[in-house]
Amino acid sequence: MLRLEKRPIPSRFWLYGTPVVAVILTMIFGGLLFALMGVNPFAVIKTIFWDPLFGEFAFYLRGQLLVKAGPLILIAIGLSLGFRAGIWNIGAEGQYIMGAIVGAAVGLAVFPTENRLIYPVMVLAGALGGWAWAMIPAILKTRFNTNEILVSLMLVYVAQTILAKASTGFLKNPEGMGFPGSRNFSSFPAAANPELIAGSGLHWGGVAAFVVAVAAWVLLSRHIIGFQIRLSGQAPRAARFAGVAPQRLVVLCMGLSGALAGLAGLFEVTGPAGQISIDFNVGYGFTAIIVAFLGRLNPLGIVLAGILMALTYVGGEMASTNLGLPSAAIQVFQGMLLFFLLALDLFTNYRLRFGLREIA
Amino acid sequence: MLRRTLLATAALGLSLGLSTGAFAAGMDKVKACFVYVGPIGDGGWTFQHHQGALELQKAYGDKVEIAWQENVPEGADAERVLTQMALGGCNIIFTTSFGYMDATNAVAAKFPNVMFEHATGFKREHPNVSTYNARFYEGRAVQGTIAGRMTKSNKIGYIGSFPIPEVIMGINSYYLHAKKVNPNVELTVVWAYTWFDPAKEADSAKALIDAGVDVIASHTDSTAPLAEAAKTNGAVVGFGQASDMAEYKPSPRVSSIIDNWGPYYVKRVGALLDGSYAQADAWEGIAGGEVLIGEITDAVPADVKAEAEAMRDAIAAGTYHPFTGPINKQDGSPWLAEGQTAPDGDLLGMAFYVEGIQGDIPK
Amino acid sequence: MDLGGINLVTLVASLMVAAVPIMLAAIGELVVEKSGVLNLGVEGMMVMGAICGFIAAVNTGSPVLGFVGGALGGAALATIFALLTLGFLANQVATGLALTLFGLGLSSLLGQGYNGIKPPPTTALFGPLGEIPVIGPILLGHDWMVYVSILVVALVWWVLKFTRTGLIIRAVGESHDAAHALGYKVARIRFLCILFGGAMAGLGGAYVSLVRVPQWVDGITAGAGWIALAIVVFASWKPWRVLLGAYLFGGISVLQLRLQAAGSAIPVEYLSMAPYLITILVLVIMSSGRGRSALNAPAALGQNFHASR
Repeated sequence: MLRLEKRPIPSRFWLYGTPVVAVILTMIFGGLLFALMGVNPFAVIKTIFWDPLFGEFAFYLRGQLLVKAGPLILIAIGLSLGFRAGIWNIGAEGQYIMGAIVGAAVGLAVFPTENRLIYPVMVLAGALGGWAWAMIPAILKTRFNTNEILVSLMLVYVAQTILAKASTGFLKNPEGMGFPGSRNFSSFPAAANPELIAGSGLHWGGVAAFVVAVAAWVLLSRHIIGFQIRLSGQAPRAARFAGVAPQRLVVLCMGLSGALAGLAGLFEVTGPAGQISIDFNVGYGFTAIIVAFLGRLNPLGIVLAGILMALTYVGGEMASTNLGLPSAAIQVFQGMLLFFLLALDLFTNYRLRFGLREIA
Repeated sequence: MLRRTLLATAALGLSLGLSTGAFAAGMDKVKACFVYVGPIGDGGWTFQHHQGALELQKAYGDKVEIAWQENVPEGADAERVLTQMALGGCNIIFTTSFGYMDATNAVAAKFPNVMFEHATGFKREHPNVSTYNARFYEGRAVQGTIAGRMTKSNKIGYIGSFPIPEVIMGINSYYLHAKKVNPNVELTVVWAYTWFDPAKEADSAKALIDAGVDVIASHTDSTAPLAEAAKTNGAVVGFGQASDMAEYKPSPRVSSIIDNWGPYYVKRVGALLDGSYAQADAWEGIAGGEVLIGEITDAVPADVKAEAEAMRDAIAAGTYHPFTGPINKQDGSPWLAEGQTAPDGDLLGMAFYVEGIQGDIPK
Repeated sequence: MDLGGINLVTLVASLMVAAVPIMLAAIGELVVEKSGVLNLGVEGMMVMGAICGFIAAVNTGSPVLGFVGGALGGAALATIFALLTLGFLANQVATGLALTLFGLGLSSLLGQGYNGIKPPPTTALFGPLGEIPVIGPILLGHDWMVYVSILVVALVWWVLKFTRTGLIIRAVGESHDAAHALGYKVARIRFLCILFGGAMAGLGGAYVSLVRVPQWVDGITAGAGWIALAIVVFASWKPWRVLLGAYLFGGISVLQLRLQAAGSAIPVEYLSMAPYLITILVLVIMSSGRGRSALNAPAALGQNFHASR
């Protein structure tokens, strides 16, 4: 019989080893899948994991990894704070949309004024938009004890309808021949979020992601609020005795995660996406939940997890274009990778007794 | 620095067959790439574009290599996919959704030797960007004629996706031609606010049917409205949209509008091969073969069928334009005078209903 | 029976159909959550059920076998979830989300070649009785799955409330340590609950591809699984409220389209937000009225169990 035994302290080896083993296992099983589909598995795996980093076009794709990972990291860090405290904001997608709409609206309202203050104000507005949207579930939770999972999720759909209305109505480009979508920010320098270093893929969103990651690390490890967050998640009763006000924590965590999601939306819409359109949101808010947990709710882990997710997206796209794989096969591959990552996490905290060879 | 490297590589890698500025060099082999907004298995919009791509492959065999990418979101991801394709040696890239417009033009600026063809847009900021679209409203005119004749309740319905010119154009054309053959006809529009949500599309059809509508046209992607109509045992009919949806023949699917991109793809890549390629703004319809009217089934009385086919042929021959005056706008103000046909610009930006349609376009 | 141009009989009849997929998926998820497990992969299991059910129905020509296939497909995907969360103690939230990603991809691969086919029709249970005015369309005119879905809700309610099995499930969900100390096999019970949840989600998905649409296209469930998750919370983990929630949500979704068809003056975009806003509103009223309903969540929800002896 197999038996799991909790390790007295988490294994350092497995902490760093699991991602590597998971990737290798995914390569094996994913390779089998690709071989079954009649595609050369070695070519696919090289295209996904090697080419974006070191291949012929890596000079371009490395930057793209950052473009893709930036919003994921930014949102995931915000979410991780709440998740640690047992506060379930799963509506980051809606906050992302609202941040983008509010921030973009501020910028578009003053088009075509050129002023250096415009962009900072837009950033602020974006954060506020996301914050305000997250405050709805937060306040309903603290006032009426309404479950925040349901409210934040439902508000995603509401935000999507508002987005459709924005792009076909109040933010529609007046010179767009009646087509849906706002003006493109790339033609409005004061409100645009361009690449900071050409070819690097780094824009203000990426900068913000790293700054926030560091700030979150400091908050969690050095600040009393970080302590309160950790305590509320691990031992809610003890937290109450220690004087943590759960209501305030809900407002704080929801607000922070909303503001960061809103920021991510604003950076995305003024930068890589370029404009408000009916479906400019591509599910970052949901993917970020996976990223948050893959990174074990730890800021540094989230940064790495975000980059790994970005790699599978960018590399997966290339594999699909160059080798004719259906994009569904890439989704399955990504799912496998996540499964292995999540499963192997076990060995960080537990060790197997008897018959180790049977499971690995 | 890096950006320059990027451009240099692009120029180096891709100046094989073409030299800047002059496209009229001809090529031995073309790599044609396609960017799709949905999955090929959507059974509608993307599926039809892919059919066109396969037709292209078949037409030229070894001389053409095709590659594609499904499920590409509009915005940042589109720009990356386009860049990857251009770097990866595609000679011509077809971007098959309106939302790719800005990304297409942005990437085209960096790769002057790669040809870009953007579907349903209007921006051609660089000499290597062409646009193409199909006059689906011509098909709507044929459908409207059938609808006006077939309805017994004098109530016809339309399931719209989003209130954009493309959709509004279709609604107006459908209504005008139904009204022309049946002055008592009333049109009910339901906005689903989605391109693709089969269950919601089915509910929309059900709502229309329960409101007394007996002919339904839709401008969303799935077959759900037809399936809903099929449950009425022939009392309600509808049309195939984007693809033929032949599995619902002969009723409730009495005809269809088929997006047929193959001929255009064959033509454009052919031009690239023989060196006659030039920037274009293509907006073909029934005449050019981009809009096909699917078989009108026997569920439609012979005289109505003949009338609809005559309409189709007149449009194909260029003797009839579906938007020919006098036509007033919904508020009664004149739009087209007697005998005047609608300028393309008016159609492409259409944001109003014609006179007689009830209800408002969501603003 | 008209109200503002909307026929109430057809409204009720069609909301009952519209609610079936989310109701089935939600009642399954309710059992899963009652046992203390949070599986956010409902959408993935539904879409797997949709394609497996479709394949089974098309190849056997039998809609009944189709639904069986759908349930199996959903349960098969749920097995992966169970293995990861129970066997490997993986994080439930992340595993559930990964399950959705995986399910969407796998269903699309399996479904290649099944586009544009009509499945065998699922027939009305009482045939001509459905023609009786008013009660016919509402009570007797549906296909048999509509009745099955209501029966499942009743069954789950009865099992959870009155049987020993239900007691054990609830005990495991409230405190797995206590349940373990009493000698219950926590992992085995949760495994069975997860399988049941997967099977119900699969049935719901199969209903979409075999009855509601009926057709296979990629991503056919279009987010219904997320709504099902929300309905469980809405229902504050009570079976009959799942029915209420599903009918309310389905009802408003159907109603807003009917209001449009009836030429209502309310702007379309507000109508299309209505199902979500009203669901929130009702939940707020419920949670503030009772004060405690939101606390009804199983205490061990989302926590993994490891018997450390």
